[in-house]
Amino acid sequence: MKTSEVPQDNGMIGEYGREVCYAVDDEGRYTLAASLGWEAKNIVNDQAWEVIVQETALAHRLVQQGELSPIAYYQARNQMDLGLLARYVGMARWRVRRHRRPEVFNRLPERILLRYAKVFAISIAELRTVPATFTAELVRQRP
Amino acid sequence: MKQHIAFSHRQSAHCESGVTANLLRHHGIHCSEAMAFGIGEGLFFAYLPFLRVNHLPLTTFRGPVGSIFAKVTTRLGVKVQRRRFHRESAAMEALDEGLARGLPIGCQTGAFWLPYFPPAFRFHFNMHNLVVIGREEDDYLISDPVFEEVVRCHRDDLQRARFAKGALAPRGAMYWLESVPSQPDMAAAARQGLRATCRTMLSTPLPLVGVRGIRFLAGRLERWQQRLGRESALLHLGQLIRMQEEIGTGGGGFRFMFAAFLQEAAQLLQLPELARVSERMTHVGDIWREFAVCGARMCKGRDRDGDSFAGLAATLRRCADEEQAVYRQLLEVVR
Repeated sequence: MKTSEVPQDNGMIGEYGREVCYAVDDEGRYTLAASLGWEAKNIVNDQAWEVIVQETALAHRLVQQGELSPIAYYQARNQMDLGLLARYVGMARWRVRRHRRPEVFNRLPERILLRYAKVFAISIAELRTVPATFTAELVRQRP
Repeated sequence: MKQHIAFSHRQSAHCESGVTANLLRHHGIHCSEAMAFGIGEGLFFAYLPFLRVNHLPLTTFRGPVGSIFAKVTTRLGVKVQRRRFHRESAAMEALDEGLARGLPIGCQTGAFWLPYFPPAFRFHFNMHNLVVIGREEDDYLISDPVFEEVVRCHRDDLQRARFAKGALAPRGAMYWLESVPSQPDMAAAARQGLRATCRTMLSTPLPLVGVRGIRFLAGRLERWQQRLGRESALLHLGQLIRMQEEIGTGGGGFRFMFAAFLQEAAQLLQLPELARVSERMTHVGDIWREFAVCGARMCKGRDRDGDSFAGLAATLRRCADEEQAVYRQLLEVVR
């Protein structure tokens, strides 16, 4: 890749600055060249986020239909699978799986809820509900 | 509480090689990122379908986390200290103690919890490295090599990131340089790194690793669409391109960084042939980029005539052939 070919396709980095990549200058010497991003990378990054958005949207719908507890929604929003969430809250997977059932979730004591709220960086009140409508922005932006 | 260590922050393409080079420079050893990458045997390839990231197979273009730092310091005779922790508070106290001694401290962290990361990059990815270089009250000053400037991060966020969970959890890992030799033999280290990289890529006795791994992946990729269906095949492809380009590789799955290393090594070892091999390696990187462009087009549904999984597999095989020739030539040049 020549320095003149270093792509400048903004997409992922936004106003966070630029990244560097290795490119060859006119004399054939390697230099570090700043790049704003690359279309190919933007596409596959968007693809990854699209999957996360879809999974979160599904969890949101199931919570609203009363089939899962809000834990399922926040779990998906934080890109966690069952094993990862269990590690973060320090409980066995089967317990977390149980807590994803609404009838179990509604009887959970505050100290258990607090453990989930801390991991998701939200309040207990927020943990008890999910946003009324789901938008893709909810997944991308976090506190 | 205020503490600033005079640390020259240099932005780099990849976190671990950048951290290694910056730490060495702080202790008086001049070493570029590319040189650290080469000495540390950063270049690698493995396709590991039994390891899953987001339910998709893992492809890696670099060695295991921590190995660049470990190999560079061993080969240069630098003494390092490493620690891991059970208690989070102990990890933060140890960090403060290190700073109080005036030492820049390298940390392994997860990317998901670092608030200064652009949102698009926030995945559960536990192989990030950074250097803590100061503290102002509850904010730490961090030389994160993939960022342009020194960044700030709140103590709580840093603590979270250092204790990210999941695959390859850092468990608060931190490391610093204890003592450095006055005249490290860079040339011998570069030679060692170069030879080891070539041998790994050419003759690891596993079909999933090195140039054999690239060919194995080509064979798998060719059949993805029949085996998995179009949609899943494209997800597999997208993940592969992300691993190649996104995770701080400096472009072309580290191939350009390695070519930059070869160019530097040509001078260091007084072997002008290495400069010519570097050009060949640049060409290999360009083929990898071609692969990414074509694959991304398919992911986006903007296929052009001739874009197909079979075509991508052919491109991969070209990469494998070219790389194999490069490594063989290198082994001949660096006897």
